[in-house]
Amino acid sequence: MEDLLEIGGKKIKSRFFIGTGKFSDYPLMQKAIESSGAEIVTVALRRVDLDSLRDNILEYIPKSCTVMINTSGARNAEEAIRIARLAKASGAGNWIKIEVIRDNKYLLPDNLETLKATEILVKEGFVVLPYMSPDLSMARRMVECGAAAVMPLGSPIGSNRGLKTKELIQIMVDEIKAPIIVDAGLGRPSDACECMEFGCSAVLVNTAVAISLDPVNMARAFSEGVIAGRRAYLCKIPAEKNIASPSSPLTGFLRQDK
Amino acid sequence: MSYYNIYEKFKQLDFGQLASAELSADEAEFVSLLSPERENYLEEIAKRAHQITLRNFGRTMQLYTPIYLSNYCENQCLYCGFNAENKIERKKLTFDEIKAEAEFISKTGLKHILILTGDSRAVSSLSYIKDALKILRGYFSSISIEIYALSEEEYAGLISEGVDGLTIYQEVYDQGIYGKMHSVGAKRDYLFRLDAPERGAKAGMHSVNIGVLLGLNDWRREVFLLGLHAKYLQDNYPDLEIGVSLPRIRPQMGDFSVPNPVSDKNIVQILAALRIFLPRIGIALSTRENPEFRNNLIPLGITRMSAGSSTYVGGHTAKAFSDKSVPQFKISDERDVEEVRKALEKKGYQPVLKDWMHI
Repeated sequence: MEDLLEIGGKKIKSRFFIGTGKFSDYPLMQKAIESSGAEIVTVALRRVDLDSLRDNILEYIPKSCTVMINTSGARNAEEAIRIARLAKASGAGNWIKIEVIRDNKYLLPDNLETLKATEILVKEGFVVLPYMSPDLSMARRMVECGAAAVMPLGSPIGSNRGLKTKELIQIMVDEIKAPIIVDAGLGRPSDACECMEFGCSAVLVNTAVAISLDPVNMARAFSEGVIAGRRAYLCKIPAEKNIASPSSPLTGFLRQDK
Repeated sequence: MSYYNIYEKFKQLDFGQLASAELSADEAEFVSLLSPERENYLEEIAKRAHQITLRNFGRTMQLYTPIYLSNYCENQCLYCGFNAENKIERKKLTFDEIKAEAEFISKTGLKHILILTGDSRAVSSLSYIKDALKILRGYFSSISIEIYALSEEEYAGLISEGVDGLTIYQEVYDQGIYGKMHSVGAKRDYLFRLDAPERGAKAGMHSVNIGVLLGLNDWRREVFLLGLHAKYLQDNYPDLEIGVSLPRIRPQMGDFSVPNPVSDKNIVQILAALRIFLPRIGIALSTRENPEFRNNLIPLGITRMSAGSSTYVGGHTAKAFSDKSVPQFKISDERDVEEVRKALEKKGYQPVLKDWMHI
């Protein structure tokens, strides 16, 4: 049976989501998206220029992808809500990654304002994926009010520091029914693989792909890391042991029926 | 609380004395990065600055252009072409002219503009600026102002008319030199200007851009004080997008000679030191610098560049200027938006023409 991720009524094959900031040009970004096979692509509304064919980032997103507008630049729930409404009004769809950041130094999200925005935007019919600092109670509240998934950060945006928040995300994976998608800070394909191995539903990567020397191949490498990790998760990775356990048991002959 | 409380701690110290002052670890490193000794290690700090910029901003460059609405001025800043004493043709754009400028600029694809006026509340009144904003809002997605210092309430009034960014340079942090450079006009109030960025932040500006006019004083000391000012704003207004500018004095009308010239090498050191000290701030580079130098600085930490600039009132659309017409300062980079875009693309950087919107 095909392993599909269901979010907001969509059945998604690729568990690798990609961001669109920081690329050196849009055609290269497009190739990176295509090479990764990503189906969910996040775009900051602040960067969308509908007046310009040449500079409209949306023109470079493959038509097969779902655009998930993010509210980058929002400092509170009210601004995030206004950005989401602007996105919908401009025809950019109703998938919203809520990003409320009141700290431009670390770019860490404000969970309380994010929760407020989630509640209202869900009621307005948006498919809401809140970007958050990993916190079980907050994630529960967000899911209770209708978030389609929650997106805890692995480490601060753009830091490429990997999965520094693993313990907290593991708890969320164990306890929350909605998909957990690790967003931000993943620096290597092995980070993405690790997220999938312990049960995350998907990952979202931007900086590590965009600023690499070869974004097209790096996007593919992340995507392959995600596939490997997911496959391993589905195969139920055996528990770790302190002592060696030979693949061919030494006393196996005793059970042989001669 | 005001940045002045921090300035006061260093008021009496020249740059050489800062190393022994009471500093935090990152401030001490900042002093070290700005020191004459580090001039011998420029490549090393430039590489660090490049990596930090790449991680935080990627290979992108935001473009904007200034639009001068008026050059009437009541100040007598010694270094400025708009000095009230200068016998130049004074002009204030009519609303039709503002519309024409807006149409011209918007055809280049730019979505970010910076409105400038000389310092004259009487001529370039707030109601005139608000009426101008009503026109400009229809063309641009982000509007910043670089005008005379305002009260918090006045900034809030402009925000509600569509302004999202404030640019205001202290010009020179040394209070004594500031007094000499700005002896006439409202701008002589050092404290009112020093606190203007903070008033803008309190009023709800999305971004605030501060700067020093390089050349008026020992640049090492001035850049240290600029960096501390940016850090003060970052610490107290964490949701604010903070930017700094590094304008170097350019020739203008009159016989003002630069007291403390700043070399290209110095600019590189300043840029790298600021980037390492404050990894997340925006850094702007204007057309005061020549095209080749600007191109070379792109990877070092710059995040915003002006393009297609004119420092004349109505300069975007005016075909010819009368003999008496004078710019605020002479620009060195006269490339239009298309040429700047091409230069960025050649360097492997994406020109970003829109990075905010009215919300």
